[in-house]
Amino acid sequence: MKLAVVVQRYGQAINGGAELHARYIAEHLARHAEVDVLTTYASDYVTWRNEPGPAHERINGIPVRRFHVEHERDLLAFSRQSAHVFQKRHSFADELRWLDTEGPASPALVNHIAAHAGSYDFCLFFSYRYYQAYHGARAAAGRAVLVPTAERDPAIGLALFQSLFRGVRALMYNSPEEQAMIQAVSSNYAVPGVVVGVGSEVPQHPQPDRFRQKFGVEGRFAIYVGRIDENKGCKELFEFFEGYARDVYGQLSLLLIGQSLLPSPRHPRIRHLGFLDDIDKFDAMAAADLLIIPSYFESLSMVALEAWALGRPVVANGKCDVLKGQCLRSNAGLCYESYAEFLAVIQSLERNRRLGAALGANGRRFFREHYAWPVIERKYLDVFERLEREPAQSTMEPLPPWIARRRRNLPPAQDVMARLPKGASVTRGEEPAAAGLRS
Amino acid sequence: MPDFNVRSDSVNVEQIMEQIRARIREKRGVDYTEQQIRELAAVKLEKFLDPRAVRSDLLNEFRRGDPDPNYAFEDDTIFRSTRGVVQIIRRLLAPVLKLFFNPNPLIHVLHMQSQINDLNASRHQLYYELIHNLVVETTRLGIEVKNLRMRVESLDARVDFSERRGRALEGAVLYRPQGEDEREAAGPSPITPPERSSSRASFSAGAAAQVAPSGPAGTGGQGPGPSAESSGQRSKRRRRRRGRRGGAPAASVMGSPAGSPQGTMPPAPPAPSAPSAPGAPDSAAPTPPSDSGSAGDVPGHGGSDDEQ
Repeated sequence: MKLAVVVQRYGQAINGGAELHARYIAEHLARHAEVDVLTTYASDYVTWRNEPGPAHERINGIPVRRFHVEHERDLLAFSRQSAHVFQKRHSFADELRWLDTEGPASPALVNHIAAHAGSYDFCLFFSYRYYQAYHGARAAAGRAVLVPTAERDPAIGLALFQSLFRGVRALMYNSPEEQAMIQAVSSNYAVPGVVVGVGSEVPQHPQPDRFRQKFGVEGRFAIYVGRIDENKGCKELFEFFEGYARDVYGQLSLLLIGQSLLPSPRHPRIRHLGFLDDIDKFDAMAAADLLIIPSYFESLSMVALEAWALGRPVVANGKCDVLKGQCLRSNAGLCYESYAEFLAVIQSLERNRRLGAALGANGRRFFREHYAWPVIERKYLDVFERLEREPAQSTMEPLPPWIARRRRNLPPAQDVMARLPKGASVTRGEEPAAAGLRS
Repeated sequence: MPDFNVRSDSVNVEQIMEQIRARIREKRGVDYTEQQIRELAAVKLEKFLDPRAVRSDLLNEFRRGDPDPNYAFEDDTIFRSTRGVVQIIRRLLAPVLKLFFNPNPLIHVLHMQSQINDLNASRHQLYYELIHNLVVETTRLGIEVKNLRMRVESLDARVDFSERRGRALEGAVLYRPQGEDEREAAGPSPITPPERSSSRASFSAGAAAQVAPSGPAGTGGQGPGPSAESSGQRSKRRRRRRGRRGGAPAASVMGSPAGSPQGTMPPAPPAPSAPSAPGAPDSAAPTPPSDSGSAGDVPGHGGSDDEQ
């Protein structure tokens, strides 16, 4: 079997969620099939600037081919275009223009896919919202398998993606919430879809003491791992944690790991360690009492899965349906939706170690049953086998004609998103679609 | 936060979260949901925007759902027509029209005005949102202040009760010196002065009932001891004690100027002016010597030394 993995950025130093997801999947599927990665020269997700590098290289044994990005992202134009399509009535042409300004606009990559799609059995496209996924999947329609990594943001309400969700051969969802949202917005019930997610390369024996010694960390602490950004809920986390730190009985400190786009508060119990390599990161997570995920938007929290793999409980923002669903299904994390709940949850885990240990044990079991690599690989292979057996259920719809494309008859994407169903899926102990394909 | 009874196979996150929320409700007293707070805030907002109090049309202005009227003005708006033929003719004649005057500044200005109208409309919404959020926050704070006031009152009552209980206990415990108990245990003295027994009885009853308004209960505890000794014996004992200390007053040992009490401690008041415990006989109060100035001679300290 020959597979192509198409993703906006690729590399060992690239740790964005979807990109890391793509790399892990490519490396693990390479054990069962011949895998090529098709990507761009960009490494900065804000500008999509072309970085110097070879057109062909091998990363961890996987051949990677890079294509130039035609133009960098014009932030002002992108912001204006986003406001237009998200908030106002607009046309299909406006949405195509938005996609082009969002980038990474690489017609060379799309042309390559159109020319060579036939040489692959299936092409896996990551992140539905980017240029290469939309145009690439259209170019390889009969062989396109989409890993949407969709969050509950206004882009999901754009009309051009509805035809994409209906036109690909199959969708590999990250969570039942994501599946419900995409099915609601596009009515793609005929397209085979399965909730898969992604595993993680968690070491068997992390060394918490090594981390404590290396970074001079003493005492008990909670940890946040990820980009330190207001969009990730970090500002709220800082406010809540400073409130918690005023409690004389509270002993936990907060360690932050990741690239910072938001200044960390100057507080004796909040410490930012910067970006750490995987060894230090997993040592830190193993040393922590709990992991906090304050994000409002997630399609799947890989860091939560990693914490569970290490037997650590998770405290997640309950306003994010996906995180809440993950916590409820795994029975391995607590959620908060207000400061009072944050305080109560942290204090419960701090004062009741048995609770933390029980949640951690559940998390470890949940990870083993649903996100261990053999499970993930099996789900992908099952989908490919089924797609090979069965003919395509649907075809990619053509773009609207020239005049229809310019008709301003599409509702604001925000309004579409607001009408989508909300709430966590609470089927306990298993991922609802894990047992088989839904079609 | 009390412990949860948990086993890893029986952990139910939903139940735990429900327990946590219930506990928060208990702590807060009345737990208003976000919706309820918003409803309360809406009531307040309407009060705030009461037409009688503020302006007759302000409430309606703010509550008006329809956006302000505006028009879209593009480059070709003035040439448009519902009839296609007319529109084409206008476009064809546009260069001729431009020979008479330049419509571009006019178009530009009207276009800008349209944008300004849009901006103003969005600002109105923003102001409404801002006022609304302020009122929501004020309501939330009001509820919190109310809850905090209740908690302070409750704590105040508890502190008051504890204080009274503490005083009563101190009075009851410190009253009975150990020497007296031993003497009592050895048997009644064959010659018991009637004043002493009566004073003990009366003080004992008083101490059990009284709550001293100020000063430690030990002040009253020294009452009955010295009453059995003559003033000559007391002076001798005091002199012996001073000899053992090397003759230096306690104040000088502590670093204060000799002869003056340390810090803000007032000079020892003469015994008659010291408040005596109700029920204690006047004769029971110790009379310090006239030269007393050291800390050791402060009433209550020297007396207890004597007893121990």
